[in-house]
Amino acid sequence: MTLLRTPLHALHEKKGAKMVPFAGYDMPVQYSLGVLKEHLHTRAHAGLFDVSHMGQVVLRGRSYDAVARALEALLPIDVLNLPRGRQRYGFFTTPQGGVSDDLMLANRGDHIFMVVNAGCKIDDIAYLRRQLGPEITVKEITNRALLALQGPAAEAVLAVHHPMVADMGFMDVETVPLAGAECWVSRSGYTGEDGYEISVPVAAAEDLARALLQHSEVELIGLGARDSLRLEAGLCLYGHDIDTTSSPVEAGLAWAIQKSRRAQGDRAGGFPGEERILTELQEGPKRRRVGLLPHGRAPMREGVPLFASADAERPIGAITSGGFGPSLGRPVAMGYVPADMAVVDTQVFGEIRGKRLPLTVVKLPFTPANFKR
Amino acid sequence: MKYTEEHEWLRIEGDLVVVGITDHASAQLGDVVFVELPETGTIVAKDEEIVVIESVKAASDILSPLDGEIVEVNEALVATPSMVNDDPLGEAWFFKLKAADLGQMDDYLSEAGYKKLIG
Repeated sequence: MTLLRTPLHALHEKKGAKMVPFAGYDMPVQYSLGVLKEHLHTRAHAGLFDVSHMGQVVLRGRSYDAVARALEALLPIDVLNLPRGRQRYGFFTTPQGGVSDDLMLANRGDHIFMVVNAGCKIDDIAYLRRQLGPEITVKEITNRALLALQGPAAEAVLAVHHPMVADMGFMDVETVPLAGAECWVSRSGYTGEDGYEISVPVAAAEDLARALLQHSEVELIGLGARDSLRLEAGLCLYGHDIDTTSSPVEAGLAWAIQKSRRAQGDRAGGFPGEERILTELQEGPKRRRVGLLPHGRAPMREGVPLFASADAERPIGAITSGGFGPSLGRPVAMGYVPADMAVVDTQVFGEIRGKRLPLTVVKLPFTPANFKR
Repeated sequence: MKYTEEHEWLRIEGDLVVVGITDHASAQLGDVVFVELPETGTIVAKDEEIVVIESVKAASDILSPLDGEIVEVNEALVATPSMVNDDPLGEAWFFKLKAADLGQMDDYLSEAGYKKLIG
Protein backbone atom coordinates (compact mmCIF):
# COMPACT_ATOMS: atom_id res chain seq x y z
CA MET A 1 0.00 0.00 0.00
CA THR A 2 1.28 3.46 -0.85
CA LEU A 3 1.85 5.63 2.18
CA LEU A 4 0.05 8.95 2.30
CA ARG A 5 2.10 12.13 2.56
CA THR A 6 1.36 15.27 4.53
CA PRO A 7 1.75 18.72 2.89
CA LEU A 8 5.10 19.03 4.74
CA HIS A 9 6.56 15.77 3.44
CA ALA A 10 9.12 17.46 1.18
CA LEU A 11 10.22 19.74 4.03
CA HIS A 12 10.76 16.75 6.33
CA GLU A 13 13.00 15.08 3.77
CA LYS A 14 14.96 18.29 3.21
CA LYS A 15 15.45 18.62 6.96
CA GLY A 16 16.95 15.15 7.27
CA ALA A 17 13.98 13.37 8.81
CA LYS A 18 13.99 9.65 9.25
CA MET A 19 10.60 8.67 7.86
CA VAL A 20 8.50 5.75 9.10
CA PRO A 21 5.02 4.45 8.30
CA PHE A 22 2.47 5.62 10.87
CA ALA A 23 -1.31 5.22 10.55
CA GLY A 24 -0.95 4.93 6.77
CA TYR A 25 1.27 8.02 6.45
CA ASP A 26 4.96 8.40 5.78
CA MET A 27 5.86 10.40 8.91
CA PRO A 28 9.04 11.82 10.48
CA VAL A 29 10.01 9.79 13.56
CA GLN A 30 13.04 11.98 14.21
CA TYR A 31 15.32 14.54 12.59
CA SER A 32 19.09 14.87 12.86
CA LEU A 33 18.93 15.99 16.53
CA GLY A 34 17.55 12.60 17.56
CA VAL A 35 14.67 11.74 19.87
CA LEU A 36 16.40 12.61 23.15
CA LYS A 37 17.58 16.09 22.16
CA GLU A 38 14.31 16.84 20.34
CA HIS A 39 12.41 16.00 23.50
CA LEU A 40 14.62 18.18 25.71
CA HIS A 41 14.56 21.03 23.19
CA THR A 42 10.76 21.09 23.26
CA ARG A 43 10.69 21.29 27.07
CA ALA A 44 13.34 24.05 27.11
CA HIS A 45 12.44 26.10 24.01
CA ALA A 46 9.91 25.19 21.31
CA GLY A 47 9.26 22.27 18.99
CA LEU A 48 7.37 22.25 15.71
CA PHE A 49 5.42 19.07 14.99
CA ASP A 50 3.66 18.06 11.80
CA VAL A 51 0.43 16.41 12.93
CA SER A 52 -1.34 16.73 9.58
CA HIS A 53 -2.04 12.99 9.59
CA MET A 54 -4.69 13.59 12.26
CA GLY A 55 -8.29 13.96 11.17
CA GLN A 56 -9.76 17.46 11.02
CA VAL A 57 -13.53 17.45 10.90
CA VAL A 58 -16.15 20.20 10.74
CA LEU A 59 -19.68 19.48 11.97
CA ARG A 60 -22.46 21.83 10.90
CA GLY A 61 -26.21 21.91 11.44
CA ARG A 62 -28.98 24.44 11.94
CA SER A 63 -27.06 25.98 14.82
CA TYR A 64 -24.19 25.20 17.18
CA ASP A 65 -26.72 23.97 19.74
CA ALA A 66 -28.29 21.60 17.24
CA VAL A 67 -24.92 20.05 16.44
CA ALA A 68 -23.93 19.94 20.12
CA ARG A 69 -27.12 18.14 21.13
CA ALA A 70 -26.70 15.56 18.37
CA LEU A 71 -23.04 15.00 19.25
CA GLU A 72 -23.80 14.56 22.95
CA ALA A 73 -25.52 11.29 22.04
CA LEU A 74 -22.08 9.93 21.05
CA LEU A 75 -19.87 11.11 23.92
CA PRO A 76 -20.10 11.80 27.66
CA ILE A 77 -18.97 15.40 27.23
CA ASP A 78 -20.81 18.67 27.82
CA VAL A 79 -20.71 20.03 24.28
CA LEU A 80 -23.76 22.27 24.63
CA ASN A 81 -22.26 24.55 27.27
CA LEU A 82 -18.82 24.73 25.74
CA PRO A 83 -18.43 28.49 25.24
CA ARG A 84 -17.80 29.95 21.82
CA GLY A 85 -14.07 30.11 21.11
CA ARG A 86 -13.26 27.29 23.53
CA GLN A 87 -11.97 23.77 23.03
CA ARG A 88 -12.50 20.65 25.12
CA TYR A 89 -10.95 17.17 25.31
CA GLY A 90 -13.34 14.27 24.82
CA PHE A 91 -13.78 10.73 23.55
CA PHE A 92 -16.31 8.56 21.75
CA THR A 93 -17.58 5.76 23.95
CA THR A 94 -18.75 2.31 22.88
CA PRO A 95 -22.00 0.59 23.98
CA GLN A 96 -19.82 -1.47 26.37
CA GLY A 97 -18.41 1.70 27.94
CA GLY A 98 -15.01 1.51 26.23
CA VAL A 99 -13.36 4.27 24.22
CA SER A 100 -13.37 4.16 20.41
CA ASP A 101 -11.27 7.33 20.00
CA ASP A 102 -10.19 10.38 21.94
CA LEU A 103 -10.38 13.84 20.40
CA MET A 104 -10.45 17.61 20.76
CA LEU A 105 -13.60 19.54 19.92
CA ALA A 106 -13.98 23.30 19.59
CA ASN A 107 -16.96 25.64 19.52
CA ARG A 108 -16.19 27.81 16.52
CA GLY A 109 -19.39 29.83 16.64
CA ASP A 110 -21.70 28.28 14.10
CA HIS A 111 -19.93 24.92 13.90
CA ILE A 112 -17.84 22.36 15.75
CA PHE A 113 -14.24 21.72 14.74
CA MET A 114 -12.94 18.36 15.82
CA VAL A 115 -9.48 16.79 15.70
CA VAL A 116 -9.35 12.98 15.89
CA ASN A 117 -6.59 10.37 15.78
CA ALA A 118 -5.11 9.48 12.41
CA GLY A 119 -5.61 5.77 12.89
CA CYS A 120 -9.28 6.21 13.79
CA LYS A 121 -10.35 8.99 11.45
CA ILE A 122 -11.94 6.89 8.72
CA ASP A 123 -14.03 4.99 11.25
CA ASP A 124 -14.84 8.14 13.22
CA ILE A 125 -16.11 10.02 10.18
CA ALA A 126 -18.22 7.09 9.00
CA TYR A 127 -19.61 6.74 12.52
CA LEU A 128 -20.43 10.45 12.78
CA ARG A 129 -22.20 10.40 9.40
CA ARG A 130 -24.18 7.30 10.35
CA GLN A 131 -25.17 8.49 13.81
CA LEU A 132 -25.74 12.23 13.50
CA GLY A 133 -28.47 12.00 10.88
CA PRO A 134 -29.23 14.06 7.78
CA GLU A 135 -29.55 17.36 9.68
CA ILE A 136 -25.84 17.47 10.50
CA THR A 137 -23.13 17.62 7.85
CA VAL A 138 -19.80 15.98 8.59
CA LYS A 139 -16.97 17.35 6.50
CA GLU A 140 -13.43 16.05 6.62
CA ILE A 141 -11.04 18.96 6.13
CA THR A 142 -8.39 17.71 3.73
CA ASN A 143 -7.20 21.06 2.40
CA ARG A 144 -5.48 22.01 5.66
CA ALA A 145 -2.31 20.85 7.36
CA LEU A 146 -2.09 20.71 11.15
CA LEU A 147 1.02 21.97 12.94
CA ALA A 148 1.75 22.00 16.65
CA LEU A 149 4.15 24.52 18.15
CA GLN A 150 4.93 23.39 21.69
CA GLY A 151 7.17 24.57 24.47
CA PRO A 152 7.82 27.54 26.75
CA ALA A 153 8.99 29.72 23.83
CA ALA A 154 5.90 28.97 21.71
CA GLU A 155 4.01 32.11 22.74
CA ALA A 156 6.89 34.51 22.11
CA VAL A 157 7.58 32.91 18.72
CA LEU A 158 4.02 32.80 17.43
CA ALA A 159 3.23 36.29 18.75
CA VAL A 160 5.86 37.66 16.33
CA HIS A 161 3.58 36.43 13.54
CA HIS A 162 0.39 37.70 15.14
CA PRO A 163 0.13 39.39 18.56
CA MET A 164 -3.38 38.05 19.14
CA VAL A 165 -2.08 34.61 20.09
CA ALA A 166 -0.43 35.96 23.25
CA ASP A 167 -3.85 36.83 24.67
CA MET A 168 -5.27 33.36 24.14
CA GLY A 169 -5.64 31.22 27.26
CA PHE A 170 -5.26 27.43 27.51
CA MET A 171 -7.90 25.78 25.28
CA ASP A 172 -8.97 29.03 23.62
CA VAL A 173 -9.53 28.86 19.85
CA GLU A 174 -9.30 31.75 17.41
CA THR A 175 -9.10 32.44 13.70
CA VAL A 176 -5.71 34.10 13.16
CA PRO A 177 -4.03 35.21 9.92
CA LEU A 178 -0.59 33.55 9.73
CA ALA A 179 1.67 33.29 6.67
CA GLY A 180 -1.00 35.22 4.79
CA ALA A 181 -3.61 32.54 5.38
CA GLU A 182 -6.64 32.07 7.61
CA CYS A 183 -5.47 29.75 10.35
CA TRP A 184 -7.56 28.08 13.03
CA VAL A 185 -5.45 28.26 16.14
CA SER A 186 -5.99 26.62 19.52
CA ARG A 187 -3.84 27.09 22.59
CA SER A 188 -3.32 23.42 23.30
CA GLY A 189 -1.21 20.44 22.43
CA TYR A 190 -0.24 16.99 23.62
CA THR A 191 3.18 17.43 25.19
CA GLY A 192 2.34 18.87 28.62
CA GLU A 193 3.83 22.17 27.49
CA ASP A 194 2.21 25.46 26.62
CA GLY A 195 1.73 25.86 22.90
CA TYR A 196 -0.57 26.00 19.92
CA GLU A 197 -2.11 23.77 17.34
CA ILE A 198 -2.52 25.49 14.00
CA SER A 199 -4.81 24.34 11.21
CA VAL A 200 -3.33 26.01 8.14
CA PRO A 201 -4.43 25.87 4.48
CA VAL A 202 -2.22 23.45 2.53
CA ALA A 203 -0.99 26.21 0.20
CA ALA A 204 0.47 28.15 3.16
CA ALA A 205 1.61 25.22 5.31
CA GLU A 206 5.25 25.05 4.23
CA ASP A 207 5.60 28.86 4.32
CA LEU A 208 4.29 28.91 7.88
CA ALA A 209 6.54 26.03 8.95
CA ARG A 210 9.59 27.71 7.41
CA ALA A 211 8.69 31.05 9.01
CA LEU A 212 8.48 29.39 12.43
CA LEU A 213 11.73 27.51 11.86
CA GLN A 214 13.47 30.84 11.22
CA HIS A 215 13.33 31.40 14.97
CA SER A 216 16.41 30.01 16.71
CA GLU A 217 14.17 28.68 19.51
CA VAL A 218 12.26 26.37 17.13
CA GLU A 219 13.33 22.90 15.97
CA LEU A 220 11.37 20.31 14.01
CA ILE A 221 10.38 17.45 16.29
CA GLY A 222 9.43 13.93 15.19
CA LEU A 223 6.92 11.38 16.39
CA GLY A 224 9.52 9.71 18.63
CA ALA A 225 9.84 12.72 20.90
CA ARG A 226 6.12 13.45 20.60
CA ASP A 227 5.56 10.05 22.21
CA SER A 228 8.06 10.50 25.06
CA LEU A 229 6.72 14.03 25.72
CA ARG A 230 3.12 12.88 26.02
CA LEU A 231 4.16 9.88 28.14
CA GLU A 232 5.96 12.11 30.66
CA ALA A 233 2.89 14.39 30.60
CA GLY A 234 0.76 11.36 31.58
CA LEU A 235 -1.40 11.66 28.45
CA CYS A 236 -3.10 8.64 26.90
CA LEU A 237 -2.19 7.32 23.47
CA TYR A 238 -5.21 5.81 21.77
CA GLY A 239 -4.77 2.11 20.95
CA HIS A 240 -2.25 1.76 23.77
CA ASP A 241 -3.40 3.37 27.04
CA ILE A 242 -7.04 3.50 26.00
CA ASP A 243 -9.07 1.38 23.62
CA THR A 244 -12.49 -0.22 23.32
CA THR A 245 -11.81 -2.42 26.39
CA SER A 246 -10.89 0.42 28.77
CA SER A 247 -13.52 2.72 30.21
CA PRO A 248 -12.74 6.42 30.55
CA VAL A 249 -13.09 6.05 34.33
CA GLU A 250 -10.50 3.25 34.45
CA ALA A 251 -8.25 5.36 32.26
CA GLY A 252 -8.36 8.27 34.72
CA LEU A 253 -10.30 10.45 32.29
CA ALA A 254 -13.32 11.07 34.55
CA TRP A 255 -12.20 14.72 34.83
CA ALA A 256 -13.26 15.12 31.18
CA ILE A 257 -16.85 14.04 31.94
CA GLN A 258 -18.66 17.18 33.07
CA LYS A 259 -21.28 17.18 35.87
CA SER A 260 -24.11 17.81 33.41
CA ARG A 261 -23.55 14.37 31.85
CA ARG A 262 -23.21 12.46 35.14
CA ALA A 263 -26.00 11.02 37.29
CA GLN A 264 -28.17 13.90 38.57
CA GLY A 265 -26.80 16.17 35.86
CA ASP A 266 -29.32 18.02 33.70
CA ARG A 267 -28.37 15.93 30.66
CA ALA A 268 -27.23 12.82 32.56
CA GLY A 269 -26.29 9.80 30.48
CA GLY A 270 -27.60 9.48 26.96
CA PHE A 271 -24.24 8.35 25.54
CA PRO A 272 -23.05 4.87 24.52
CA GLY A 273 -21.97 2.77 27.50
CA GLU A 274 -23.64 5.08 30.02
CA GLU A 275 -24.55 2.16 32.28
CA ARG A 276 -20.96 1.10 32.88
CA ILE A 277 -19.52 4.60 32.90
CA LEU A 278 -22.06 6.14 35.29
CA THR A 279 -21.76 3.13 37.61
CA GLU A 280 -17.97 3.34 37.65
CA LEU A 281 -18.16 7.08 38.34
CA GLN A 282 -20.18 6.35 41.49
CA GLU A 283 -18.73 3.07 42.68
CA GLY A 284 -15.22 3.28 41.28
CA PRO A 285 -13.74 1.07 38.54
CA LYS A 286 -12.17 -2.38 39.01
CA ARG A 287 -8.80 -1.23 37.69
CA ARG A 288 -7.09 2.07 37.09
CA ARG A 289 -4.41 3.53 34.87
CA VAL A 290 -1.46 4.67 36.98
CA GLY A 291 1.98 6.14 36.59
CA LEU A 292 4.78 3.64 37.24
CA LEU A 293 8.44 4.34 37.98
CA PRO A 294 10.77 1.40 37.37
CA HIS A 295 13.40 1.34 40.14
CA GLY A 296 16.34 0.52 37.91
CA ARG A 297 17.53 1.92 34.65
CA ALA A 298 15.88 -0.68 32.42
CA PRO A 299 12.99 0.75 30.40
CA MET A 300 9.76 -1.24 30.71
CA ARG A 301 7.69 -0.93 27.58
CA GLU A 302 4.14 -1.61 26.43
CA GLY A 303 3.07 -5.19 27.09
CA VAL A 304 5.29 -5.86 30.11
CA PRO A 305 3.11 -7.86 32.54
CA LEU A 306 2.74 -6.54 36.09
CA PHE A 307 2.68 -8.70 39.22
CA ALA A 308 1.73 -7.97 42.83
CA SER A 309 4.92 -9.63 44.10
CA ALA A 310 8.21 -11.07 42.92
CA ASP A 311 6.79 -14.61 42.96
CA ALA A 312 3.07 -14.12 42.23
CA GLU A 313 1.81 -16.51 39.59
CA ARG A 314 -0.75 -14.42 37.74
CA PRO A 315 -0.26 -10.93 36.38
CA ILE A 316 -2.48 -8.20 37.83
CA GLY A 317 -2.15 -5.90 34.84
CA ALA A 318 0.24 -4.67 32.19
CA ILE A 319 2.19 -1.66 31.06
CA THR A 320 0.41 0.18 28.25
CA SER A 321 3.08 2.85 27.52
CA GLY A 322 6.64 2.91 28.71
CA GLY A 323 10.11 3.96 27.82
CA PHE A 324 12.84 6.35 28.75
CA GLY A 325 11.73 9.76 30.00
CA PRO A 326 14.40 12.19 28.80
CA SER A 327 13.33 15.03 31.12
CA LEU A 328 13.47 12.73 34.13
CA GLY A 329 16.58 10.94 32.91
CA ARG A 330 15.06 7.60 33.84
CA PRO A 331 12.50 5.11 32.63
CA VAL A 332 8.82 5.92 33.09
CA ALA A 333 5.68 3.93 32.35
CA MET A 334 1.91 3.86 32.60
CA GLY A 335 -0.29 0.83 32.96
CA TYR A 336 -3.36 -0.67 34.55
CA VAL A 337 -3.46 -2.19 38.04
CA PRO A 338 -6.41 -3.31 40.21
CA ALA A 339 -8.09 -0.34 41.90
CA ASP A 340 -6.91 -1.39 45.37
CA MET A 341 -3.30 -1.22 44.16
CA ALA A 342 -3.73 2.08 42.37
CA VAL A 343 -2.38 3.88 45.40
CA VAL A 344 0.73 6.07 45.34
CA ASP A 345 3.85 4.29 46.70
CA THR A 346 2.44 0.79 46.09
CA GLN A 347 5.16 -1.50 44.78
CA VAL A 348 4.51 -3.85 41.87
CA PHE A 349 6.80 -5.95 39.68
CA GLY A 350 7.24 -5.97 35.94
CA GLU A 351 8.68 -8.99 34.17
CA ILE A 352 11.30 -8.36 31.52
CA ARG A 353 13.68 -10.92 30.08
CA GLY A 354 12.49 -13.45 32.65
CA LYS A 355 13.26 -11.19 35.62
CA ARG A 356 10.83 -9.48 37.98
CA LEU A 357 11.88 -5.88 38.57
CA PRO A 358 10.16 -3.48 40.98
CA LEU A 359 8.16 -0.38 40.03
CA THR A 360 6.43 2.15 42.25
CA VAL A 361 2.96 3.53 41.58
CA VAL A 362 3.23 7.31 41.28
CA LYS A 363 0.98 10.26 40.54
CA LEU A 364 0.67 11.43 36.95
CA PRO A 365 1.99 13.47 35.24
CA PHE A 366 5.70 12.72 35.64
CA THR A 367 6.57 16.24 34.53
CA PRO A 368 4.36 19.11 35.75
CA ALA A 369 2.07 20.58 33.10
CA ASN A 370 3.22 23.96 31.86
CA PHE A 371 -0.07 25.25 30.45
CA LYS A 372 -1.09 28.90 30.15
CA ARG A 373 -4.03 29.13 32.56
CA MET B 1 39.16 -5.65 12.82
CA LYS B 2 36.33 -8.03 11.88
CA TYR B 3 32.61 -7.31 11.60
CA THR B 4 29.51 -9.46 12.05
CA GLU B 5 26.28 -9.20 10.10
CA GLU B 6 24.74 -8.28 13.45
CA HIS B 7 26.73 -5.01 13.33
CA GLU B 8 29.33 -5.93 15.94
CA TRP B 9 33.02 -5.26 15.59
CA LEU B 10 35.75 -7.58 16.91
CA ARG B 11 39.27 -6.47 17.64
CA ILE B 12 42.16 -8.68 18.77
CA GLU B 13 43.92 -7.31 21.84
CA GLY B 14 46.67 -9.61 23.06
CA ASP B 15 45.02 -12.99 23.58
CA LEU B 16 41.56 -11.42 23.98
CA VAL B 17 38.87 -10.30 21.57
CA VAL B 18 37.23 -6.91 22.27
CA VAL B 19 33.63 -6.56 21.05
CA GLY B 20 31.54 -3.47 20.37
CA ILE B 21 28.90 -2.26 17.93
CA THR B 22 29.51 -0.30 14.76
CA ASP B 23 28.77 3.39 14.29
CA HIS B 24 26.13 2.36 11.75
CA ALA B 25 24.40 0.25 14.42
CA SER B 26 24.69 3.02 17.00
CA ALA B 27 23.12 5.54 14.61
CA GLN B 28 20.31 3.13 13.75
CA LEU B 29 19.57 2.44 17.41
CA GLY B 30 19.28 6.11 18.32
CA ASP B 31 19.97 7.45 21.79
CA VAL B 32 21.07 4.52 23.99
CA VAL B 33 19.60 4.75 27.49
CA PHE B 34 20.28 1.35 29.04
CA VAL B 35 22.98 -1.31 28.85
CA GLU B 36 22.97 -4.64 30.71
CA LEU B 37 26.24 -6.57 30.63
CA PRO B 38 27.04 -10.21 31.44
CA GLU B 39 29.08 -11.08 34.51
CA THR B 40 32.78 -11.67 34.07
CA GLY B 41 33.62 -15.35 34.12
CA THR B 42 30.49 -16.25 32.16
CA ILE B 43 31.07 -19.01 29.63
CA VAL B 44 29.27 -18.05 26.45
CA ALA B 45 28.41 -19.77 23.20
CA LYS B 46 28.52 -18.19 19.78
CA ASP B 47 25.21 -16.42 18.98
CA GLU B 48 24.09 -16.42 22.60
CA GLU B 49 22.35 -13.18 23.64
CA ILE B 50 24.64 -11.70 26.26
CA VAL B 51 24.13 -7.92 26.28
CA VAL B 52 20.84 -6.02 26.39
CA ILE B 53 20.94 -2.59 24.87
CA GLU B 54 17.97 -0.24 24.87
CA SER B 55 17.58 3.01 23.01
CA VAL B 56 14.74 5.50 23.28
CA LYS B 57 13.14 3.52 20.49
CA ALA B 58 13.60 -0.17 21.26
CA ALA B 59 15.41 -2.97 23.01
CA SER B 60 17.94 -5.13 21.20
CA ASP B 61 20.43 -7.83 22.07
CA ILE B 62 24.08 -8.23 21.35
CA LEU B 63 25.11 -11.78 20.57
CA SER B 64 28.36 -13.34 21.54
CA PRO B 65 30.26 -13.58 18.26
CA LEU B 66 32.43 -16.45 19.50
CA ASP B 67 32.53 -19.34 21.96
CA GLY B 68 34.56 -18.40 24.99
CA GLU B 69 34.67 -16.76 28.41
CA ILE B 70 33.82 -13.17 29.29
CA VAL B 71 36.90 -11.85 31.09
CA GLU B 72 36.10 -8.14 31.26
CA VAL B 73 33.03 -5.93 30.76
CA ASN B 74 32.84 -2.17 30.27
CA GLU B 75 31.01 -1.08 33.44
CA ALA B 76 31.24 2.57 32.35
CA LEU B 77 28.49 1.88 29.80
CA VAL B 78 26.03 0.96 32.54
CA ALA B 79 26.46 4.36 34.20
CA THR B 80 26.72 6.30 30.92
CA PRO B 81 24.85 4.46 28.14
CA SER B 82 25.17 7.49 25.83
CA MET B 83 28.84 6.52 25.32
CA VAL B 84 27.53 3.99 22.81
CA ASN B 85 26.36 6.89 20.63
CA ASP B 86 29.36 9.10 21.28
CA ASP B 87 32.22 6.68 20.67
CA PRO B 88 30.96 3.27 19.50
CA LEU B 89 34.25 2.20 17.95
CA GLY B 90 36.47 3.32 20.84
CA GLU B 91 35.52 3.94 24.48
CA ALA B 92 32.19 2.13 24.19
CA TRP B 93 33.44 -1.44 23.82
CA PHE B 94 31.10 -3.92 25.52
CA PHE B 95 33.16 -6.89 26.64
CA LYS B 96 36.45 -8.74 26.25
CA LEU B 97 36.29 -12.40 25.45
CA LYS B 98 38.82 -15.20 25.77
CA ALA B 99 37.95 -17.11 22.61
CA ALA B 100 37.84 -20.90 22.67
CA ASP B 101 38.73 -20.99 18.99
CA LEU B 102 40.03 -17.89 17.27
CA GLY B 103 39.38 -19.69 14.00
CA GLN B 104 35.73 -18.65 14.40
CA MET B 105 36.89 -15.12 13.57
CA ASP B 106 37.40 -16.24 9.99
CA ASP B 107 33.63 -16.47 9.49
CA TYR B 108 33.26 -12.72 9.86
CA LEU B 109 33.45 -9.82 7.46
CA SER B 110 36.38 -7.58 6.66
CA GLU B 111 35.85 -3.82 6.84
CA ALA B 112 35.27 -3.72 3.07
CA GLY B 113 32.79 -6.59 3.34
CA TYR B 114 30.91 -4.85 6.15
CA LYS B 115 30.74 -1.58 4.27
CA LYS B 116 29.23 -3.44 1.36
CA LEU B 117 26.66 -5.03 3.69
CA ILE B 118 25.40 -1.70 5.02
CA GLY B 119 25.51 -0.11 1.58
